[in-house]
Amino acid sequence: MGYTLTEKILGRAAGRSVAPGDVTEVGVDIVAFHDLTGYHVIEVMEKAKMSKIFDREKLVVAFDHLSPPPDPRSAQIQVSIRKFVKEMGIKNFHDNNVGILHQLMVEKYAQPGQVILAADSHTTTSGALGAFAQGMGASDIAAAVITGRTWITVPEPFKVNLRGRPAKWIGGKDVALQLLGEFKADYFNGKSIEVSVEEPHSFPVDYRATVSNMGIEMNADALIFVPDTETVKFIKENRGYEPKLVTPDGDAKYVGTYDIELNRMVPLVAAPHSVDNVKAASEVGNVEVDQVFIGSCTNGRLSDFEIASKILKGRKVRTRTIAIPASYEQFKRAMELGYIKDLVESGAVITYGTCGPCLGGHFGVAGPGEVVLSTSSRNFKGRMGSPDAKVYLSGPAVAAATAATGRITDPRELE
Amino acid sequence: MIVEGPVLKYGDKIDTDVIIPARYLTSTDPIFLAQHAMEPIDPKFYQKASKGVVVVGGKVFGMGSSREQAAIALKAAGVRAVLAESFARIFYRNAINTGLPVITVPGISKEVNEGDFVRVVIETGEVTVGDKRLSGKGVTGMALKILESGGIMEYLAHVSK
Repeated sequence: MGYTLTEKILGRAAGRSVAPGDVTEVGVDIVAFHDLTGYHVIEVMEKAKMSKIFDREKLVVAFDHLSPPPDPRSAQIQVSIRKFVKEMGIKNFHDNNVGILHQLMVEKYAQPGQVILAADSHTTTSGALGAFAQGMGASDIAAAVITGRTWITVPEPFKVNLRGRPAKWIGGKDVALQLLGEFKADYFNGKSIEVSVEEPHSFPVDYRATVSNMGIEMNADALIFVPDTETVKFIKENRGYEPKLVTPDGDAKYVGTYDIELNRMVPLVAAPHSVDNVKAASEVGNVEVDQVFIGSCTNGRLSDFEIASKILKGRKVRTRTIAIPASYEQFKRAMELGYIKDLVESGAVITYGTCGPCLGGHFGVAGPGEVVLSTSSRNFKGRMGSPDAKVYLSGPAVAAATAATGRITDPRELE
Repeated sequence: MIVEGPVLKYGDKIDTDVIIPARYLTSTDPIFLAQHAMEPIDPKFYQKASKGVVVVGGKVFGMGSSREQAAIALKAAGVRAVLAESFARIFYRNAINTGLPVITVPGISKEVNEGDFVRVVIETGEVTVGDKRLSGKGVTGMALKILESGGIMEYLAHVSK
């Protein structure tokens, strides 16, 4: 019997063949942290009196949560991490104004078949390129930074097939929400999701990154796209080399299979206060919003800005709208292609690559009683600021249409 | 290892933003974090938990962020153990690593009420509530050793002696 992608990746990293349920030690290809968790990781390492790194080429550090610092304590945290980076001679360090860690992993580092760990739950994003990527807490990451190893329970692999081409305005977020609405937030606990794309070019890496990103919302141990021609094209265009592909065997065994017909999908939203409270955008009723947020490691990429600009070009926003490209690179390309200009002219506030309001940080947190439509990953109570705010989640098309009307809107309504 | 105490009960999907909101994450001080634990849904949690309690949750307790402060905050507030139908993977690991016992107990949300006194055997996962006995998934192996030491750092310090 053949191996799944999960078994192949973890088997290689463990140095022996593995099966679901095995608790196994694995070598890690990349370990990463950002400012908000990084200082905690360093604190743990210092308490353990083990301030050494297994391989300084394989550690990635990026400032994104407290970026640029909104208060003195945040600035102090960044100062302490810069000191650590300098003392340890870490090359892969991205200070303020480079972008969100998970986006940088997709742009610069992650490769098919790798095991990637970072001190942030949305580490799953690198699954877009075929990596087994998991978030962990500060102590686990500190141990991985020191030793280059961790222990993993091999998850049960579950297969998802994306069939056909996406209908108009349908992207990665709708696929993520479809899975959450169908299976709810606890079904994939202890499972890894392997996603195959039938028509690779119709579902680009940007979309895949959104789906992988929300693998953690499904409570999956990993959400991995089976690498294909689109993966190769992305890495070649962005980094100038062709990656080696690790793919599952044709006769690999899965605990379940689910097919999504992309051409039959409609734009979706998750209503407060749960990621799996999923409805069609056209069926949420008349919900007026106080703020729209387009951005985050979930939906702050070039294709998100392209969709938003298509809808908002020539229109004026009717509610506060904040748009944040996920990285400097995404910002620059969105600017060159005119998307930033379209959004600015529509009245949106554009700011620079940071996590910002996604986690209730800064640049637009929600006040008591406010209603927010956000392209980020979570609508938990209190996540974006006040516990008395209500947050709806959607992809960029619903977000831009909502910005244009001031109430939650299916983009097809504007055509 | 036996843990006991009165129950504070919460529902399904208690997420990390509820356990400790992001605005407190620039600190790792256990007492500070404890004072803000569960704040969005239960502002009096710190007072209620201070004498030592067992938290009972539903499905995927601790879902969401990787913030280790979630486990630190609960433990420092006085939580002796968390029993839930299921746990999010990252929270479960963080809890063990910070020395907070976590036991998966299928059906617990229907069997246990707020204020009940529960007794938990960590190794076997057996939970006693009055006359009732529930079977959970005990903590064994290295995870148990970490818990018995009080957390991963204490465990490593002990092992390297």
